[in-house]
Amino acid sequence: MLINHALRELMEIEEVSENVLQVHLNGLLQINDKIALKEITRQLNLENVVGDKVFGSFAENFSFLLEALKKGDRTSSCPVIFILDEFDLFAHHKNQTLLYNLFDISQSAQTPIAVIGLTCRLDILELLEKRVKSRFSHRQIYLMNSFGFPQYVKIFKEQLSLPAEFPDKLFAEKWNENVQCLSEERSVQEVLQKHFNISKNLRSLHMLLMLSLNRVTASHPFMTAIDLMEASQLCSMDSKANIVHGLSVLEICLIIAMKHLNDIYEEEPFNFQMVYNEFQKFVQRKAHSVYNFEKPVVMKAFEHLQQLELIKPVERTSGNSQREYQLMKLLLDNTQIMNALQKYPNCPTDVRQWATSSLSWL
Amino acid sequence: MTHLENVVLCRESQVSTLQSLFGERHHFSFPSIFIYGHTASGKTYVTQTLLKTLELPHVFVNCVECFTLRLLLEQILNKLNNLSSSEDGCSSEITCETFNDFVRLFKQVTKAENLKDQTVYIVLDKAEYLRDMEANLLPGFLRLQELADRNVTVIFLSEIVWEKFRPNTGCFEPFVLYFPDYSIGNLQKILSHDHPPEYSADFYAAYINILLGVFYTVCRDLKELRHLAVLNFPKYCEPVVRGEASERDTRKLWRNIEPHLKKAMQTVYLREISSSQWEKLQKDDTDLGQLKGLSAHTHVELPYYSKFILIAAYLASYNPARTDRRFFLKHHGKIKKTNFLKKHEKTSNHLLGPKPFPLDRLLAILYSIVDSRVAPTANIFSQITSLVTLQLLTLVGHDDQLDGPKYKCTVSLDFIRAISRTVNFDIIKYLYDFL
Repeated sequence: MLINHALRELMEIEEVSENVLQVHLNGLLQINDKIALKEITRQLNLENVVGDKVFGSFAENFSFLLEALKKGDRTSSCPVIFILDEFDLFAHHKNQTLLYNLFDISQSAQTPIAVIGLTCRLDILELLEKRVKSRFSHRQIYLMNSFGFPQYVKIFKEQLSLPAEFPDKLFAEKWNENVQCLSEERSVQEVLQKHFNISKNLRSLHMLLMLSLNRVTASHPFMTAIDLMEASQLCSMDSKANIVHGLSVLEICLIIAMKHLNDIYEEEPFNFQMVYNEFQKFVQRKAHSVYNFEKPVVMKAFEHLQQLELIKPVERTSGNSQREYQLMKLLLDNTQIMNALQKYPNCPTDVRQWATSSLSWL
Repeated sequence: MTHLENVVLCRESQVSTLQSLFGERHHFSFPSIFIYGHTASGKTYVTQTLLKTLELPHVFVNCVECFTLRLLLEQILNKLNNLSSSEDGCSSEITCETFNDFVRLFKQVTKAENLKDQTVYIVLDKAEYLRDMEANLLPGFLRLQELADRNVTVIFLSEIVWEKFRPNTGCFEPFVLYFPDYSIGNLQKILSHDHPPEYSADFYAAYINILLGVFYTVCRDLKELRHLAVLNFPKYCEPVVRGEASERDTRKLWRNIEPHLKKAMQTVYLREISSSQWEKLQKDDTDLGQLKGLSAHTHVELPYYSKFILIAAYLASYNPARTDRRFFLKHHGKIKKTNFLKKHEKTSNHLLGPKPFPLDRLLAILYSIVDSRVAPTANIFSQITSLVTLQLLTLVGHDDQLDGPKYKCTVSLDFIRAISRTVNFDIIKYLYDFL
C-alpha cells in the first residue's frame, strides 16, 4: 500500500510519468526465472521485439531487453523501476539468477534501474547468496507497528467511523456517535486489550470488526458491545474442539481409550489393536455392554478419525503391514479432550466417568 | 427467502452469515472464506444452493477431480468463460499452465460485460487436496483479489481445520466459518423431510426414531443415515403391507425391524454387501443368519499341509523365538519360571503385530506339529509361495536375500482358530500370550 501511494505521488510529476517504466513482479505468481522473464517482457511491452529470438543465457536475454528500451531522441535508455513483491520467494529460485542480474545491472552503469523488494521476513539477507548480497545496496526500511494501546483504540474508532462522503448524513452521524460511545465502554476496552495483547496486527483487528459487523442488519442497525464480545469469542474458538463436538459416541470412546494409552505409556505411538483392547476393557464391565460393537464397526470409526486428521500415522503406509497394526499418534492433547467432553451434547455419564478416571480396572 | 429456508434446513445462522458477507452484488467481499465442518454437514449443499438461488456468478470446482494444477486452473477459466458468454455456441477452450498465466487470463475473462461490477465467486470443494499441490497455489488463491485486482472471492470447503492448512511462512488469513454438526433433533427433522408420499409423516418419523436409536451412537453422518433409511424402509412397512399390523402398532413394527437393523450394521453399513444385494434379500425374506459378506469370501479352502504351514507361520510370528523349546520339544527339561512367565501387557504380541521369522524356523515348527513325517520336498516350498500370493503370508525384505527369506503371518486370530479347528489342532495351547 505504501509503495502504491509513493508511486502515485511520483507519477504526478510529469517528467517522470513520461519517462519511467514500471514492472511489478510477485513471488507467488512467478515461481521460476523463465516465467519472470516472460512477465518482464510482457509488462515492458517488448513482445514484438523479442519475437522468436533464441538466447543463450538469462543475462544475455535480459540485457537485450533493457537495451531495447533506448528512447528515440536521447541516447540513454528509460529508467525502469522493478517492484518485487514476496521478495523472499524470489530468493528460492535456482541460483538466484534474476536477483543477481537485476542487482548487477543496477550497480553497473548500464541502464538506470531501481529495484524495490517487499518481504515479511526479517532474515532476508541470510537468504541471499554471497554474490547477490555484495551487489545489494543494503538499504533497508523497516515498517514496524510501534503504536501503544491508546492509539490502537483510536485506530479502532477511525476504522469503524463512516466517512463524510456517506450519502445518508443523519445515519452517519448517529453511527459515528455510537462508535464513540462504544470505544469508551469498559467491556469493549477489555476485548480490545485482549486482542492487542495477542497481536498488534491490524489484519486481526479487521477480522474482529468484520465478524461483529456481520451482525448489523436492518433490524439491528447499531453495533453493540455484545456483538464485539461474541465476535471475539468466535475469533478465539478452538476449531479442533468443534470437530470433536460432532463425533459419534463410539468415536469419542476411541479417543478416550487413546488418551488412557497415552497416559499410561507416555505418548508412545499406538495401533488400532491396542486401542480396541483398551475399549474392550471398558465394554466388558457389565453395565456397559450396550457398547459392544463388532470389530469392523469399530475399525470404521477409527478410519473416520484418521480421515479427519485427528490421528495420524507415524510413518508412511507400507503395503506389507496390516492396517490394524499400523502405529499412529493422537493429535489432541488432554486438556483439549477434557474441554471438548464437557461441551459434548448428551454425553453418556459412564463414558464421561471413564474419561476422568485413570484406573481402568475399576 | 422462505424458499431458501424450505430447501436448506437447520442452517439459518450460517446462511445469514454468508449472506451478510456477500453483501450487494457490486460490493467487494472478503477476499477468501474458509468453511469447515464434519462430513455431510451441508457445506457443499448450502453454498451451492445459496449461490444458485441468489444467482450470483460462481464457479464450482472439486479438488479431487482436478488433482493437478493445470486441470484446476483450466476448469476455472473455462467455466467462467461459459458464464460470461452464454450466447456463443462453443467458445474456444482456454489452456493455462501456470498460476501467472491464470491471473492474466482471469483478468481478461472478467472484463466481459455481465461479469464486470459483480463479485465473482470461486468455490473450491475438498480444499485439503490443495495442500499437496504446488506450494504457491494455496497462498495465491487466498490473495486472488489482491493479485488480480478484481472483485473476486474464493471460498474453500473442507473437513480439516484451518490450522493444518496454514503455510509455514504465513499467508493472508481467510474468514473462517464453522458449520456445526447436526444435533439429533436436527437429524430427525432433515431425515423425516424426505418421506415417501404414500405414508404419513408421523409413521415415517417413528421409523426414523427407531433407526437413529440403533445407529446414532455409531455414526452421525447424514449421508450414511439417509442411505440406511431408504434401504430399510420397505422392510419396516412389510407388516403394514401384509396386513399384520396397522400403522400405529409401534411395538410390532419395532420387533420386526430391530434384528434387521442390527444385521444391517454388520453388513450394509460396512459395505460388506452391496445395497442391491440387500434389497434382494429383503424381498426373498431368507434367513438373515446366512448372510455372507465380502470378508467371508476370504476363507478359502486350503490343502491339508498348507493349513499346517499357516498354523506354523502364525505360531512363529506370535511366539518369541526363545519359547519354541518349551512348546515344540518333547523333552524340554525344566525351564525357569520367573523370567519366562513375566510379561508386560504391552508387549503382548497380539497387540504389537506379527514379527518376521526365517524360513528354517517355520520348517522346524512345521515338523514338530504335523503328526506324520513330512519331507522337505518342493511341494512344501511351492505351497509356502502360494500362501504368499494369497497374501496370507508376506515376504519381508528382498527376494534375493542371501541368508534365506523371512516371512510374516498376516491373518487374524479368529481366522487361524477356524482353520485349526478344521484340522483338530488346539492352537491356543501353543500360543505364548495365552499361557
